[in-house]
Amino acid sequence: MLANLSARLCSLLLSLFLIAFALPAFAGPFEDAVAKFANDDYSDTEEAIGVVASSGNPLAFPIISALQDGRLMADPDSKKVYVTGADGKSIDAATGQSVASVPDSASAVRLNNRLRRSVDAAVGSLTLQSPDVGTRLQAAQSVFKSHEETALEAVNAALAKETNKSVKAALGDARAAILLFKSDATEVEKLEAVATLKARGDQEAMALLTGMGDQPASVTKAAASAIGSIQSSLAIWSTVQNAWYGLSLGSVLLLAAIGLAITFGVMGVINMAHGEMVMIGAYTTFVVQEVIRTRYPGLFDYSLLIAVPLAFLVAGAIGVLIERSIIRFLYGRPLETLLATWGLSLVLQQAVRTMFGPTNREVGNPSWMSGAFELGQITITYNRLWILCFTLAVFAILLAMLRYTALGLEMRAVTQNRRMAASMGIATSRVDALTFGLGSGIAGIAGVALSQIDNVSPNLGQSYIIDSFMVVVFGGVGNLWGTLVGAFTLGIANKFLEPVAGAVLGKIAILVLIILFIQKRPRGLFALKGRAVEA
Amino acid sequence: MLTKSTHDIAASFSRRGVLAATAGLMLGLASISGAKAADDTIKVGVLHSLSGTMAISETTLKDTILFLIDEQNKKGGVLGKKLEAVVVDPASNWPLFAEKARELITKDKVSVVFGCWTSVSRKSVLPVFKELNNILFYPVQYEGEESERNVFYTGAAPNQQAIPAVDYLMKDEKVKRWVLAGTDYVYPRTTNKILEAYLKSKGVAQEDIMINYTPFGHSDWQTIVADIKKFGSAGKKTAVVSTINGDANVPFYKELGNQGIKAKDIPVVAFSVGEEELAGIDTKPLLGHLAAWNYFQSIKSPENEKFIKAWQAYTKNPKRVTNDPMEAHVIGFDMWVKAVEKVKSTDPDKVIDALPGIEAKNLTGGTSKMLPNHHITKPVFIGEIKANGQFDVVWKTPGLVAGDAWSKELDGSKDLIGDWVGKKCGNFNTKTNKCLGSGS
Repeated sequence: MLANLSARLCSLLLSLFLIAFALPAFAGPFEDAVAKFANDDYSDTEEAIGVVASSGNPLAFPIISALQDGRLMADPDSKKVYVTGADGKSIDAATGQSVASVPDSASAVRLNNRLRRSVDAAVGSLTLQSPDVGTRLQAAQSVFKSHEETALEAVNAALAKETNKSVKAALGDARAAILLFKSDATEVEKLEAVATLKARGDQEAMALLTGMGDQPASVTKAAASAIGSIQSSLAIWSTVQNAWYGLSLGSVLLLAAIGLAITFGVMGVINMAHGEMVMIGAYTTFVVQEVIRTRYPGLFDYSLLIAVPLAFLVAGAIGVLIERSIIRFLYGRPLETLLATWGLSLVLQQAVRTMFGPTNREVGNPSWMSGAFELGQITITYNRLWILCFTLAVFAILLAMLRYTALGLEMRAVTQNRRMAASMGIATSRVDALTFGLGSGIAGIAGVALSQIDNVSPNLGQSYIIDSFMVVVFGGVGNLWGTLVGAFTLGIANKFLEPVAGAVLGKIAILVLIILFIQKRPRGLFALKGRAVEA
Repeated sequence: MLTKSTHDIAASFSRRGVLAATAGLMLGLASISGAKAADDTIKVGVLHSLSGTMAISETTLKDTILFLIDEQNKKGGVLGKKLEAVVVDPASNWPLFAEKARELITKDKVSVVFGCWTSVSRKSVLPVFKELNNILFYPVQYEGEESERNVFYTGAAPNQQAIPAVDYLMKDEKVKRWVLAGTDYVYPRTTNKILEAYLKSKGVAQEDIMINYTPFGHSDWQTIVADIKKFGSAGKKTAVVSTINGDANVPFYKELGNQGIKAKDIPVVAFSVGEEELAGIDTKPLLGHLAAWNYFQSIKSPENEKFIKAWQAYTKNPKRVTNDPMEAHVIGFDMWVKAVEKVKSTDPDKVIDALPGIEAKNLTGGTSKMLPNHHITKPVFIGEIKANGQFDVVWKTPGLVAGDAWSKELDGSKDLIGDWVGKKCGNFNTKTNKCLGSGS
């Protein structure tokens, strides 16, 4: 009895012992594949991804997703591979056992674009049944993109269980994409796939249909008609898209010109340093972001909101300074004003270059200004949308200010008839300084917005000065509404010309059109009438 | 006394006074050269823009030459004499380049000039260097189709950058459809002409090539990026080959990122985007996009690590990046020093004849050689943009590639070679055995 028990205990211990040692000793295809990650060779890595993803091993997903985020570490010396987690814990990728620390000689497994595509496809087919809706949707989309035959079973299984409507649609698209390229799919399945893609109706669907290669005649015919209908619907969308791009370009032109509409349009100062006020606004944004990055990183998403008033104050103060020290001596002498402000613009550029260096400064996009959303078949980027809203808001505030505040009234009085305004007790020189400061301040605000879409470099202003003058002159000097209409007209005209004539010729065509227009109507779209014109 | 002078300043601050003051200030800023006469030094001219649009790229190259001179002087100079830099600012103004070059050679009597970035500035100074017989080291990748006796091209010719990059995309990424996007001037136009001919010779159809030009400093990329997206959805793998220059790159990449075009969908390989340019961009959306250069800061070699350390110490900025044109200056400067020491003279004629055949270590672990056509041998690397603004080398040529002065892809130039050693000619036609000379 005792002998029997001890014998059984012995055999149990032995088998436990065997199991404990057999696991690591048994080097199956999965372990071999994992070790390949340590070779730092792209084709080995690609092979390893394929084997690991289709192994069915529970470690497959942790390994592939770690590879995707650069958390898969490989030690080239010992050929060991580790999955490191966000929480600092690491496991041995081949066995799943946790390890105390990853050796220093290990470095993240490198990927190139080809490998990133295979990783995405692998993650896609592994996460089709994830509990999270967003992950499932993403998985379905990446399977749609890679449309590899091996994923078909997983897609079918996921499709049977899926309850969410949009994920179901994405899975249906993915299935269609796979079937279209599957050589042994039936004709009926392929025709169904073409119909699904036709209903999807976007550029990616068209890409699949045009690139599907040799197919049965009926499928080719159905695909041709599907391509035709997608093309005609995309043509309509592309007009909408051009109109949106035009509005967006128009808003940038308006934003850059709106300050000039005050200093040049209302006051009549040919202000060549206007672009530099925009640049100063952009650099203010940079300084604000620097302070936030180093001291209060949590506030980064608010950096632009903080920068707007500061840019207004900084650029406005510099504007007042310029008016008091230079421009007030030059009223009524346009040529000298032009030369002095041009010289001033060079001085300001070089001053900024000396202070901040000649290279571009990085101004980041807050999260709410990054990315895009789809509206029908067009992509609308958030930064452009916000700039359009912001421009219209600035315009409305400025208009209200000129119309309803005492300062606005004084400004209009002084610019319309300086002597009479002075006789009525308005301190004209104070109003001049404030008006110029207001125009410069608004240019500074424009700089905050433009820092989001353009370079922040000392040359930032130069690229906007010509366009700004163009808008103000075209719209009609002295008329804010003219500037608004002028900016949007030029923006939309430019964006409809660009696809036809190209960016370079399009711009030239716009300039020629403006020259012809100014010949006909020298005072622009909305000419001021009455005595103010003669003054 | 102080009060009085302040008064004077205030008084002079009227109308014309301001203009004069402004002009004076500009002059003061422009002429920081401060040429001091000293006969016991060898003078080295530095002709890079320190103001204007090109200052963004060229200022670093000026610093590089000052750094190299400083290092050389620590080693005792050249031929027992100290080197002295003469820095002028051509202010991104092409005719001013020619004037400043003349000033450097005739007034400051420099022995060699390191300078220029854009091709148009190089073309503008060419006649001056020929007339006054001096030496120019040109450190930037360019369109080729040139070989001049007085110029040494240490940057990449198209076959040392553009063609290997296209080869990589064709073989590794299996790209079948090509967008050639560039800024509208001579370098992108010539490079794209060469690339178009090359792609066609590899069997790419005309409808699979889209060529697009934009003005300098183009900032509204919405339409073009949407066009690229559309062009890329024809069912064939598409890539963008970008010769977009300078400032226009930042809004271009931002728009790509915002419209959701990832490198794994449509990769962009750029010839003018290096570490310096990336320093001004948020690189997260650019991950995986490519650049082709002959040097990357991230390349591990003892020479490179030593150089980066010394450069960051010299500029007192531990984050200061290095880039490809800087390496070109490092090689060019080293070659010039070696040539001068070989002939024991700084006489341009002797140095020009001595330079072909001179070898110098490049920073990536190889040895570059000056060729008879005044171009050098270089390795070619393809790097992927990483999140930290550096590049991860994903591919490199097996050996060093010799620079072709004349492209083998273009009908007008495939029979031409530059040979300043045997033929003494920059555009020798190997078919007719004739030198075309400077007239053509």
